[in-house]
Parts: sequence; structure tokens; C-alpha cells
Amino acid sequence: MDPALSVVRLTVREAIHTLSSSEDCGLILSTLRFLKRYLGETEDPALPEEQEEFATVHFSAFLRCLVIKLSPVWLELSPDGQLEELWDSFFLKGPADQAFLVLMEALESTAGPSFCLMKMAQLLANFLSQRRMAALMEEQCRPQKKPGFTLLQETLLNKVVGLPDHLGNRLQQDNLALFFPQNYFPLLGEEVVRVLQGIVDALRGGLDCSVSFMSRVLGKICIQGRQKEILDVLVPQLTVLTQGSCLWQRVCWRLMEQVPDRTMEAVLIGLVEATPGPEVLSRLLGNLVVKSKKAQFVMTQKLLFLQYQHTTPMLQSLLGYLAMDSQRRPLLIQALKELLETWGSSSAVRHAPVTQQHYLSAAILICLAHLREPELRDSQDELLASMMAGVKCHLDSSLPTVRRLGMIVAEIISSQIHPEGPPLKFQYEDDELSRELLALAIPGTSDSSTVLAGGSAPAPTASETLAKTMDDGVESANGSDPQVGPQGSDSDLDSDDEFIPYDMSGDIELKSNKAPLYVRDCMEVLTSSEDMERWEAALRALEGLVYRSPEATREVSVELAKVLLHLEERTCVSGFEGLRQRALVAVIVMDPARVAEYLTSQFYALNYSLRQRLDILDVLTLSAQELSRPGHLKRPTQQVSCGSGAPVLATSQADCTGVSGWRTVVEERIRSKTRRFSKQGFPRRELASSPSEFNSVAGYFFFPLIQHFDRPLVTFDLLGDDQLVLGRLTHTLAALMYLAINTTVAVSMGKALLEFVWVLRFHVDIYVRRGLLSAVSSILLSVPAERLLGDLSDELLEARSWLADVAEKDVDEDCREQAVRALLLLERLKDRLLPLSH
Amino acid sequence: MAVPLPLPPPGPQFVLRGTQSAVNALHFGGGAQAQGRQLLFSGSQSGLVHIWSLQTRRTVATLDGHGGQSVTWLQMLPQSHQLLSQGRDLRLCLWDLAEGRNAIVDSVCLESVAFCRSSVLAEGQARWLLALPGKGSDEVRTSTTDALHSPNHQVQILEMPSKTSVCTLKPEADAKPGMPMCLGLWQAESSPRPLLLAGYEDGSVALWDVWERKVCSRVSCHEEPVMGLDFDSQKARGVSGSAGKALAVWSLNGQQALQVCSTHQLTNPGISDITVRPDRKILATAGWDHRIRVFHWRTMKPLAVLAFHSASVHCVAFATNGLLAAGSKDQRISIWSLYQRT
Repeated sequence: MDPALSVVRLTVREAIHTLSSSEDCGLILSTLRFLKRYLGETEDPALPEEQEEFATVHFSAFLRCLVIKLSPVWLELSPDGQLEELWDSFFLKGPADQAFLVLMEALESTAGPSFCLMKMAQLLANFLSQRRMAALMEEQCRPQKKPGFTLLQETLLNKVVGLPDHLGNRLQQDNLALFFPQNYFPLLGEEVVRVLQGIVDALRGGLDCSVSFMSRVLGKICIQGRQKEILDVLVPQLTVLTQGSCLWQRVCWRLMEQVPDRTMEAVLIGLVEATPGPEVLSRLLGNLVVKSKKAQFVMTQKLLFLQYQHTTPMLQSLLGYLAMDSQRRPLLIQALKELLETWGSSSAVRHAPVTQQHYLSAAILICLAHLREPELRDSQDELLASMMAGVKCHLDSSLPTVRRLGMIVAEIISSQIHPEGPPLKFQYEDDELSRELLALAIPGTSDSSTVLAGGSAPAPTASETLAKTMDDGVESANGSDPQVGPQGSDSDLDSDDEFIPYDMSGDIELKSNKAPLYVRDCMEVLTSSEDMERWEAALRALEGLVYRSPEATREVSVELAKVLLHLEERTCVSGFEGLRQRALVAVIVMDPARVAEYLTSQFYALNYSLRQRLDILDVLTLSAQELSRPGHLKRPTQQVSCGSGAPVLATSQADCTGVSGWRTVVEERIRSKTRRFSKQGFPRRELASSPSEFNSVAGYFFFPLIQHFDRPLVTFDLLGDDQLVLGRLTHTLAALMYLAINTTVAVSMGKALLEFVWVLRFHVDIYVRRGLLSAVSSILLSVPAERLLGDLSDELLEARSWLADVAEKDVDEDCREQAVRALLLLERLKDRLLPLSH
Repeated sequence: MAVPLPLPPPGPQFVLRGTQSAVNALHFGGGAQAQGRQLLFSGSQSGLVHIWSLQTRRTVATLDGHGGQSVTWLQMLPQSHQLLSQGRDLRLCLWDLAEGRNAIVDSVCLESVAFCRSSVLAEGQARWLLALPGKGSDEVRTSTTDALHSPNHQVQILEMPSKTSVCTLKPEADAKPGMPMCLGLWQAESSPRPLLLAGYEDGSVALWDVWERKVCSRVSCHEEPVMGLDFDSQKARGVSGSAGKALAVWSLNGQQALQVCSTHQLTNPGISDITVRPDRKILATAGWDHRIRVFHWRTMKPLAVLAFHSASVHCVAFATNGLLAAGSKDQRISIWSLYQRT
């Protein structure tokens, strides 16, 4: 054995003996001070070989001994705190990895809340705040030769990353703020940057270094879900550091490449979230996607197809990153192809949630914004085929949002693939969704935002030019101003302020007064008149006439309904649909039984267009609503004329405020001039009670509709292609059920409807399912509770399990929500009945 | 960015009912000498002239002088208690209303059976000019087949109260403007020459120099017959409405030449009367579409569309205090208070 080594061994053994036996303060202090020489911090340090031996062989053992000795009594042997200081210094000055491990070990094994535990926690906090963690990690980045270092690294990794958990468990309530994850991981992030700085310096000095430990630390932190904490610190610093330094960039790329596959996903997602734009992402990642299969999978598959909770800026970063390098561009084209394929698959359109479809569409548009036409030429046919299929199944969907998505994406794809061909143009509403998506398709927008965020050189010039053009615009506007308003220079000094125009929206063209005065005349004009003006006047007058002359209407009601149902828009009459609908509603309201019977029979008849069938459903709902309203006959024309005509319940409420405005004004006036002596305040407005008109006729509306849905005709197959109508039918039935509250037929209606729901409960179309769910809710609301339990208990039980299933598993958010609502209604029903049974 | 919603148009301040027939002519009277006793004259289809008190909102008196034939024009002579009324019985009556009297003191026979309203230019009580459609009686009747010289195409200027004919204004031989539809007699402040603005059937407006009996300028500003005009002599700018869908604003330059400044499209065709408020801030039109339209006179910005009447509005009139009255075929007279200086 080397004699020099044994000297160290002897000294350490002696020191340990002294520490464990002696109570003499001076002796202990001198022993410790002597040992301190081996740490190389004193004036006369020990020989390097001795230091080396002490550090590798004896240090942990010695530290463990120190830990064992730790107690308040022992520390107070030297009252001036010298001993405590020395004790600390061994942990803070010695090799960081061993000190850290011993400390953690000691913290694990020390019992409960005690002085020692707190002392050591404090020491660990000091350890962290004195940047020893950086030293620890830097040590691990040196080339390792020692045996068993992989095991050591593994242990260190676990301890370093798991520190907040360990400390939290040990210290419980007494935990220090520094060890909270939200504080610890940012600190760790700072340390990582410091280590990387050390590595860069070392590489500049020609030393060999490995970042794999750092990659593992990063990976482990990210997979524990602390991406945000650490990357929020790390990314901005790296963004600055990598700018203009190739070495830094390479270290960064290496860092990312070395991240274990298992944790790659967590790191990448965190990184894409944290980076402000594609340039930065590209600087940090390099060509990682090309090199690492896992990274490629995450970036081109997982983030695009399997997840859809990410924000649009994140998508822009991701796809922009793919587009920035020629090596990565094929991946972008590949991604676009796959995206389009998914977008065009009818099963995806049918089963994927709307939010995911929105996400996919956004991704496609961003891809298209990055790709140029020549790049697309090779795969033009493929893309076109996917697009065609996609447009078809999007337009087939019964959800308006999905249809709109289909239109927008198709328009942009076709304009990109065929810039020279005639543009595809759909008519869709210009709303927030469409504007947002269309903005994505403009190539410039994504770039400029990132340039601004990066704060690089082109940004000010761009904004300057923008400002300049705007100035020019202002100037030219100013220049042309005098020509525009020559009267503005009029010397007349009266200001226009007092001449504020009144609302002139009522200034419409006056129609010549050709409207027929009798319902029969109206009908005749509508069927045979060639005079368009007269025809239009008749259509406009019809609703009022019908309400004014109930007797005359009843004589011709079915005939009139037939005329209206087949009425086609012959000239461009504004609001034709609404007029016809309101007239039909009026006819039904005047003679519900016969007309409803006629219309429901026509719903399942041959030779009607889908539009007409949908119209039938709409007017049935609206008229049922009208009939079920208390006292509807007293103010029919007002109420109906301000209804918006959409088949939505209670739409007319908002529009009617203008009509009843005067009443509230008068009541307010009366109230302000009236003194009341009773405590009640104002007399409660009494609603005039009257029997629901819908009671006697609900059956005519409901049963014919629900009976024939499963009998396909040549032209009309509810269970097949015409699912839009089926969806509308379910909604109509739900509305009728709801309106049939307090009627005698409600129970049998509910029974029939529950059966209907049961048959269709697994329908693939989301719109149909929504209708079914709202039907269940209406049943729960309309059918009296005791009858529900008495007559429908089995069905309810079945419905309940179905609802629970939907609430958990349905792809559509609305469906889930409606199912939960229905379940809540069911619960409420139970609560209401249980007290009765006790 | 949030533009406040425009206020809904106001309703009439009050409505006068009881003429029992369509209201064809309105005129505010009283004014300066009848302090606190503002009157409104209305001429109806049934030939009656109603005098309304705006305080009590009741008729004060009814004048029956046109034999059941429609009254088309009413005008009070300034600084006097004399009222002129023109009727379809081809008579123009001068009423004395002083001290509660209501008697016809004089009358002029009209030659024209058209609907053209007359016009008055009065400097003082003693002598005033009256422009009325039709041929003067002293003119020698030439060929009746000559349309140009049919009395319906001419305008006669009388000096009143002497009823001496000053001249007859015949259209030039080559112009075929048709019948005069509306007249406006005025006088520039700088010169004593009376001038006459006349709107014609062919949609043109002509400026006549009465002394020289010639047309100074003619501008054709409408496609349809001119139904009403009003002139602001201070700004030398006038406005005319026609049976068509547009209002025309024209101005008079230093050389006495008319030129069209601008036209303003209306939603519905047909203007039966047009009046600028005495303070020259706003103007009102009486529309065949049952609506009264109010414009800012300087900028011609539309200010309000007053929909109250259920039949054509036949006439609009402004009081000196800014009150607006409109008479309609639906037999009602609506009184409005708009953009009043408070």
C-alpha cells in the first residue's frame, strides 16, 4: 500500500475517533482544522495526491461521522460558533456531489421535527444558495473514469430532481420556501445556464465535456411536469446566448439531442410552448427532428395529430421551425399531406371533437402559408384528392362550425394549389373564427410577429416603413380633404353639433298599396298572380290577415298551408323566408289540429326537398311555442312580427322590448308618484292565467312526426343520408316535448320519445346526439315527476346509464355538457321525490 | 369607435284634427304684432280655411270663400291682417282678419286651372306684387291652339292692391317648359328689381327678370315636373323638389345664372312642398310617401325622416319661431318642434 495514502487514512481514522469520543472543544477544533487542509482551502494545503485520496475515499465517511455528531449540545462546545462554522464548511467546500448525497441521506434518516433536521435543511438551503448545485452538475459533465459513476449519476439525478418532493415529505409544515418547486426549479434553471456557460468556456479552452447529465436532468424535470418553471428561466437566457454564437448553439443542440427518448416528448412540448417563435426554436433545436426519430415523431405526429390543446402561436412556432431549414422542409410537406389526409377522412370528421378539427385546420393553413406553390406541385394531385374528400365530408356535417371550417380551408388550399385557376368561393359568415383562420393563411403575419418578438434588426425597419406608409396615407387624406368638403370652408359659423341626425332606418321604400284585404284573395294572388308587386304585398299582408280573420282562415287553412309550403321565391323579396314562415305559423296557430296534421303527414311524404321538410319542422316548433304561451291570442300580431323567425325557443323576447317599452315607462312613472304603506313594495304583476292552447293539440304535432322515422322512402331516408333532417327532427321533438309541459299527453309523449331516444342513442352524428340529449332533458322537465317514476322507471334507468356513458366518453363537448345537465335534472328529480317517500 | 346609436325620430308635438278633408295649404300667421297669439291657417280640400290657435289648439274661425273648391295656397301679408287665399274656383281672395273680422275685401280671378301656387312680394302695405299663374286679362287672346300662348303656360304679375297688371311672362318661343308648377317672387337686397323663380313642368327652374320680361337663366334640374321650390336670397341658393326621386340644390351666381350645386336622392319619389326654415338652418319636404324629411340647409345632410301621416303630405310650413307644421291628405295637421334653439 502506498505509504502516503495510508497517512491520510490514519489521519482520518484518528480524527473520526477524536470526534466520536472527545468532549474537548479545542481538540475537536484543531482536528477539524487539520482535516480542512485536505480540502485545499487553508494556507498550507495538503499534497494534491492526499487531497485526491481524501476526496474520493474518505470524504463521505467523514461527513457521515460529522452528521452523526450533530446535536445542539455538541455544537455548543464552542460557544462562539466556530465549531458550527467549521462543520458547515466541510459540506459547502468539499466535493459537492458527496456532500449533497450525504446531506440528502442524512435528511432522509433523521427523525421527525428536530434541531438536527432543521439544521441540515438550513445547510442544504445554504448549499443551494451558494451555487454548489452548479458545481455538482459541472462535475458530472467532466469526462468520467471512475467505476460505478453511472450508478452515482443515476442517484444524483434522482436526488437533484426529486429534492422538492423529498424535502416536502421530510419537513412537512416546516419546509423552507426555497425547496418549493416553484422556487427550486427556476433556481435549477439558473444553475443549468451557469453549467452550460462553464461547458462553453471549457470547450473554448479545448477541454472535453459532455452535456448528457444536463440533458437527463432537463428531461427528468420536464417529465415530472415542471417544464414551465425551468424552461421559463432557461429559454430566454438561451435565446440571448445562442444569438450569434455558434458554440452556444452547438452546445444547445447537443443538450437537446442527448435528452433520453423517454423524456424527449415532455422536453419538446415544453420548449415549443416556451419559445417565442420559430427562429428561436430553430436556434435551440437545430436539426433535431432530422436526427432523432423520437423527436420527429413528437414534432410531426404527436403535437399535430394526437394533441389538440395547444395554442395557435405554438403551432406557428412548430410549423415555422419545420419550414425554416431545407433539411426539415420535406417533413413539413409530409406533415401537410398527412394533415390533409386526416382532414379529408370522413370518419375523422365524424368522430373527432370540433376543437380538434379546428386545430387541424389551423395547422393546415399554417403549413400552406409556409409552403410555396412549386413545392406543392409534386404532390398536387394527392393534396387535391384529399381536399375534395375533405370538403365533401365537412359540408355533409350537420354542425355549422365544421361546415365553415371545411369552406375556409378548401378556399385557401385551392387558391394555393391552383393560384391561376378560378378561385373557389364559399359564402360563409365573417366572424371571429373565420377571420382568425384567414389571418393564419397569410404568409407574412407569422413571420413578422416572430421578428418583432425576437427583437432583431429587421423589426424597426419594417415598423418604420409601416409608419411611413401610414403617414403618407394620412397626408394624402389631408390633402384631399378640402376637395372632399368644399362646404366645410363655409364662413357660416353655426356648428353642426346641434344638428344630430335622428335614426333614419325606418326610411324604406313605400310599397304601393295593393295588398289584398281577405285571406282568400291573398291565397289567390299567391297562387296565380303574375303581378309581382301584388304578390309580394299579399305575402307581406298574409300574416296580419290570418290573425285578424280566424274564421276565414279556418275555412281554407289546409289549402293555405299547402300553398305556403310550396311557395317559391319568385322575385327577390327581402325576408321572404321569414315572411313565409311567419304566415305558416299564423295559419297553424289559427287552426292547429288540421294544419298540423297536414304538415306532419307531408313531412314523411314523397317529393319534398330537404328545405321544405326542415321548414315544416321549424314552423311546427314555432307555432307550438306560440300556442303554449299564456294568453297568446290577445297580442298575436305584435308578438309574432318581432319574432326573429329562427327555430329557437324564446327568441322573440329580446325584440319585444321596444313594444313593451312604453308600458315600463308608464309603470315607472306611476311607481315614482305613488307612496305605499305596506311592506310589500310593488304589486306583483299578475300573469293572466289561461289554459294552454297547446294542450288539446300537442298530439297532432308530436305523434305523426315520431312514428315514421324508421321507414325510408325513395327520396328520403332519415336513418341514412338525411341525418341533418334527423338531427333537426330530434331537436323539434325535444322542443315539442318541452312545450307540452302541463299538458295531459305529456306522459305518453315522454314514453314515446324515450323509446325514440333509445333506438337512436348510438347515432354517429353529433347533431343528432345533441338533439337526443335535449329530448331527454325536456322529458325530465315536462313529465310530472311521479308519473316519470311510475310509468317510465325502466326507461329512465336505461337512459341514466346511457347519459352517464355519454357524459364520460362522448367526443363532443356539448354532448358531454348536455348529458351532465340531464343527469343533474335526474338527480333533482330524485331529491324531490325522496323526502316524500320517507 | 362606439358610435352612439342615433335617437329614434321624435313624434309630433301635437296634432290638429278636424278639417274634415285633406289639408292642401298651411301658413303660420300672427307673428310680431299678435304676441302670444300665434295662428296657423290651413286650407282644405273642401274649400274651407281654418284658423287655428296654437295655444288652445282649436279652430278660432273658419273662412268659407271658395265655394267648396279646394284651397291651394294661403299667404298672410306682412304687417297687416290681410290673408290671401287661392282656390280651385279660380279665385284669389283677400281676407281682412283685423279685429275679428273675416270678410273678403277683394278678389282676383285666375285664368289658369293648374295647381300652381301664387307668390307675393311685399315691401310695404301700400304696394305689393303678386305673381299668379295664367294670362293677364288685358292681353289679346291670340290663337288658342298655340300651346305656347295658352294661359296655362304663362305667369302674370299684378301690382296690388290696385290689381294693375305689370306684365305677363311668356316662355320663349323655342323653349317648351310646359306649365309653371310653382312660383317664388323675390328681390335681391342690392337691387330693387323683382325677380321670379318658376319651376316648370319639364323639370326646369327659370329665373325671370320681371321688369325686362325675359328669362335670365334656366336650369333643368329634374326629370319630372318641379313641385315645389324655396329660395334663400342671402346665400343665393335654392332648393327644388319634383315628382321624381331627387331634390336639387341650385345657386345663383353674380351674372344671374342658375347652376345646379347638387342633387339628393330620396328613398321614395314625390315631393309636394319644400320650405326652408326662416333662420335658414334646416329645410323640410312634404313627401308623397307620407313622410316629412328634414335636411340641414347648409350641408344638405339628412337629419330626420318623420313618419306620422298615413297619406301623402301636401304641405309644410315653418313658423318664425321654428315650429314646423305639415298638412296631409289624411286630414291631419302635425306640429313638430325640431332642432329648436333653446
